[in-house]
Amino acid sequence: MTSQTAKADDTPMIEMRGLNKWYGDFHVLRDIDLTVQRGERIVICGPSGSGKSTLIRCINHLEEHQQGEIVVGGIPMTQDVKRIEQIRHHVGMVFQHFNLFPHLSVLENCSLAPIWVQKKPRREAEALAMQYLERVRIAEQAHKFPGQLSGGQQQRVAIARSLCMHPEVMLFDEPTSALDPEMIKEVLDVMVELAEEGMTMLCVTHEMGFAKTVADRVIFMDQGQIIEENAPEPFFNDPQSERTKLFLSQILGH
Amino acid sequence: MSKLTLNTTPVDARPAPKRSIGAIAWLRANLFQGPINSVLSLLAIWALIAGLTPLIQWAIIDADWIGTSREACSSGGACWVFISARFEQFIYGFYPSELRWRVNLTFVLFAVMIAWLALPRLPAKKLAAVLTLVIFPIVAFYLLHGGSFGMPAVPTHRWGGLMLTLVLAVVGIVAALPIGVVLALGRQSKMPIVKSISVVFIEFWRGVPLITVLFMASVMLPLFVPTEVDMDKLVRALIGITLFQSAYMAEVVRGGLQAIPKGQEEAAAALGMGYWKRMGLIVLPQALKMMIPGIVNTFIALFKDTSLVLIIGLFDLLAIVQAALADADWLGYSIEGYVFVAFVFWIFCFGMSRYSQYLERKLHTGH
Repeated sequence: MTSQTAKADDTPMIEMRGLNKWYGDFHVLRDIDLTVQRGERIVICGPSGSGKSTLIRCINHLEEHQQGEIVVGGIPMTQDVKRIEQIRHHVGMVFQHFNLFPHLSVLENCSLAPIWVQKKPRREAEALAMQYLERVRIAEQAHKFPGQLSGGQQQRVAIARSLCMHPEVMLFDEPTSALDPEMIKEVLDVMVELAEEGMTMLCVTHEMGFAKTVADRVIFMDQGQIIEENAPEPFFNDPQSERTKLFLSQILGH
Repeated sequence: MSKLTLNTTPVDARPAPKRSIGAIAWLRANLFQGPINSVLSLLAIWALIAGLTPLIQWAIIDADWIGTSREACSSGGACWVFISARFEQFIYGFYPSELRWRVNLTFVLFAVMIAWLALPRLPAKKLAAVLTLVIFPIVAFYLLHGGSFGMPAVPTHRWGGLMLTLVLAVVGIVAALPIGVVLALGRQSKMPIVKSISVVFIEFWRGVPLITVLFMASVMLPLFVPTEVDMDKLVRALIGITLFQSAYMAEVVRGGLQAIPKGQEEAAAALGMGYWKRMGLIVLPQALKMMIPGIVNTFIALFKDTSLVLIIGLFDLLAIVQAALADADWLGYSIEGYVFVAFVFWIFCFGMSRYSQYLERKLHTGH
């Protein structure tokens, strides 16, 4: 851990330069430049179809970009499968639809990757899994299957599953959009705690309350471009571009 | 004008109302619910009685069970004496009778291994799987074929009956499933050569009838391999059946792979798992579970298709019963012969079907 924190201060966690991506003829990401320092918390918002999910999915190569470069934790992204897997070891991801493995128990969901990817002994991996399940306050459900849990519980398990790999950065892809309203808070609470512990985070979310309390920077995207980028206080109180103003009035004006 | 509704008295949970039970109530609710239902029920009951009575009369009440020759069959019903007189041949084929303990031992070992694998109460499943898939085939080969360890060799042309049917079916099932999984993965591969080889293989074997495959295996294959390589006829049939069924299995497995949401593989990838771990730990376990009905369906089809080997001169259960029908001592008892064959096939296929239903229930984890 000390070696990681030693290099932590100089290299940025994520660097994107001139990133472009097309789905067929559709230009989904346009000239994206973004640098994320270690320990930074960033919230990305924007209308649907603006490319915000695609952007963070490029960071762990769930989507492939066609132009530009991405450097994650000092490792430049290439087509090489080993390189991609190496990057993924440092990057945790939480999905909108949780994507827990339904055929495995909660405990197995969390201990699977430490056992098979990091080659940890089963006992050690399970102890680690229990430790993180306790942190997201769901340890008592460890032996249930995902299908027996509520949406909020499943999403907390998904966060614990990611944390078990000791990621240096966490990507959240609309983590509360598929949840019933009364379950959103339990997931956001866990995310706030994670932010307070210093985790580097990129969150695609429409939870503006979360953005105000936690984010160091808020990024507004529209039509594949980063339109506006600012600290939350000025972002919400004094938006500069017309599109940002319109978007904020649409999501906050009811 | 207040529209407030407020209810602060909690309502205690009450048990659900009892459903009416009792034979009369059940009959009225299920069979005689209105005039049309009643007429249909009566018709169905009449048809069942009219159809089953003569069958039971023939197969059980009027049947002859005891004896050694056709003289014992005089009562006009089924002559099961024919089956019992030829029973050993139906099971073992032309396997020398003093060596049949080797077949019995193989059957018993196989039954033990299957029970060990299938019954959840028994421990050490991994050891059982290794024993069944690696050690048992070797032991079974030496037991059945012999030729070493002081056991006289029994060439495969003397194998027959139920024993041969089981050898064909079990080898076919055990080999076709893994080959089918590999082909299904190959067909979904992003690598163009792997993908096209898989597609061509699957479409070729699915496009030809099994009879043609067996004919080609027995007649044409020897034309292509050098004469000094004398491939056993049974081995050729086994290869033909396995390749044929693995193509079908591949399509069943592909259906299962496509039913797994893309998010599953993405989540596994995001955790740093490589292709084989994503497939082996996440996608395939879910896909295979979903595909149990389709896989067992293919197994059952394979089991029944083994009877086609009679056209290349292998005497499986059906072929050996047919051969016995041509025996001058037992002419005219073909119905008994075919009923017996059908019954034996049905027992095995029904067993597989029930076990698959049990597996589905057991593996259901509430999603």
